[in-house]
Amino acid sequence: MSGELLNLFIKSAFIENLALAYFLGMCSYLAVSKSVKTAFGLGLAVIFVLGITMPINWLINTHLLSESGLFSLDLTFLRLILFIAVIASMVQLVEMVIEKVSPALYNSLGIFLPLITVNCAILGGSLFMVSKEYNFSESVAFGLGGGFGWFLAIIAIAAIREKIRYSDVPPALRGLGMAFILTGLMGMAFMSLMGIDPAAF
Amino acid sequence: MAETTVIKKKESTFAFGKKERKLLVDPLNDNNPITVQVLGICSALAVTTLLNKAIVMSIAVIFVCAFSNLITSILRKSIPKQVRMIVQLIIIAALVTVVELTLKAVDYNVYKELSVFIGLIITNCIVMGRLEAFAMANDPWRSFLDGIGNGVGYGIILIVVAALRELLGKGSLLGYKLLGPTSDYLLTIPGYAPNNLMVLFPSAMFVIGVLIWIHRSFNPKLVDIS
Repeated sequence: MSGELLNLFIKSAFIENLALAYFLGMCSYLAVSKSVKTAFGLGLAVIFVLGITMPINWLINTHLLSESGLFSLDLTFLRLILFIAVIASMVQLVEMVIEKVSPALYNSLGIFLPLITVNCAILGGSLFMVSKEYNFSESVAFGLGGGFGWFLAIIAIAAIREKIRYSDVPPALRGLGMAFILTGLMGMAFMSLMGIDPAAF
Repeated sequence: MAETTVIKKKESTFAFGKKERKLLVDPLNDNNPITVQVLGICSALAVTTLLNKAIVMSIAVIFVCAFSNLITSILRKSIPKQVRMIVQLIIIAALVTVVELTLKAVDYNVYKELSVFIGLIITNCIVMGRLEAFAMANDPWRSFLDGIGNGVGYGIILIVVAALRELLGKGSLLGYKLLGPTSDYLLTIPGYAPNNLMVLFPSAMFVIGVLIWIHRSFNPKLVDIS
């Protein structure tokens, strides 16, 4: 069982990387990848929030919204509203807890915590979890793995963007344009991992 | 905490002067949501494999952007600061649910193809970004125009990217076969093979990257100097 979960973790982190295979969370991925340090903070926060919201949304989806749930009604049309409300309130809660417990971490994460609410990797992760019909422990593994994959991706692009600043890029392509093309190249690299079955190892 | 007293608004005129026109036109070029503000990239990448998907998505975004701006702007004086994110998200989520159910009823195939990406309009940063940056501080009519402008600015890029990707990747536009090796295509080029890379995700990145490059070459004040 735990082997299966590990496989799912590796699969969601590398093979089905949320950022580079599905291109989710691109806005903050492109906006916050100017330096490795800030990218690190945002990446950590994403792992954290994905790991928390995924199981909560799973519980809501199976026990409140489905026909076999608490109200024995098909309430799936409320899914989007409830999921985003959970994400927004969890982000706000996490923000408050971190502020109280560790002001140092809070300061280093800064504005990235509220930004995560509109990071589509989080909502996208929850919607994928529903469409792939994971069970509870799988959804935890998927959340953590997906977060970890996103973390790796943003650190990689931030490192490349720090280096490319010293290259002679055409002025109109500098910054944003180059970041797009770099992400495309990274996506192509990650495509070569597609189709690998981690269970085979 | 929250003052729920609704302050009597200034009479909002439905004027359409120079300022209002600027609200509509600015997001098309100088302040384009995708190529300048870099907002709403995720869905731009995912739905641009086929032109019809991109058109449906653009209409959905224009609708959500305009009406969420309008509603938020009407409610802006009674939304408490602390929970404004959640209120905004719920407004957006409700509108997106309307779009999702409508699309499901009208065209089920396109609905299936767009899958989670209709839902992801909620986290489309343009919608949220315009609410924060514009609708919370301006009157309903102007916010509505701003929403339409930004939605259209987003849609244009989406449609350009999708047209390029579908034409080069599949040799067709809106399902009409235009460019291909066999005689059932409009323009037959023997030995021509569509570039499959254009259908895959990374190509959207390349196409948008090149669009930004072209856009900034013609509009040098946007060039990133850092």
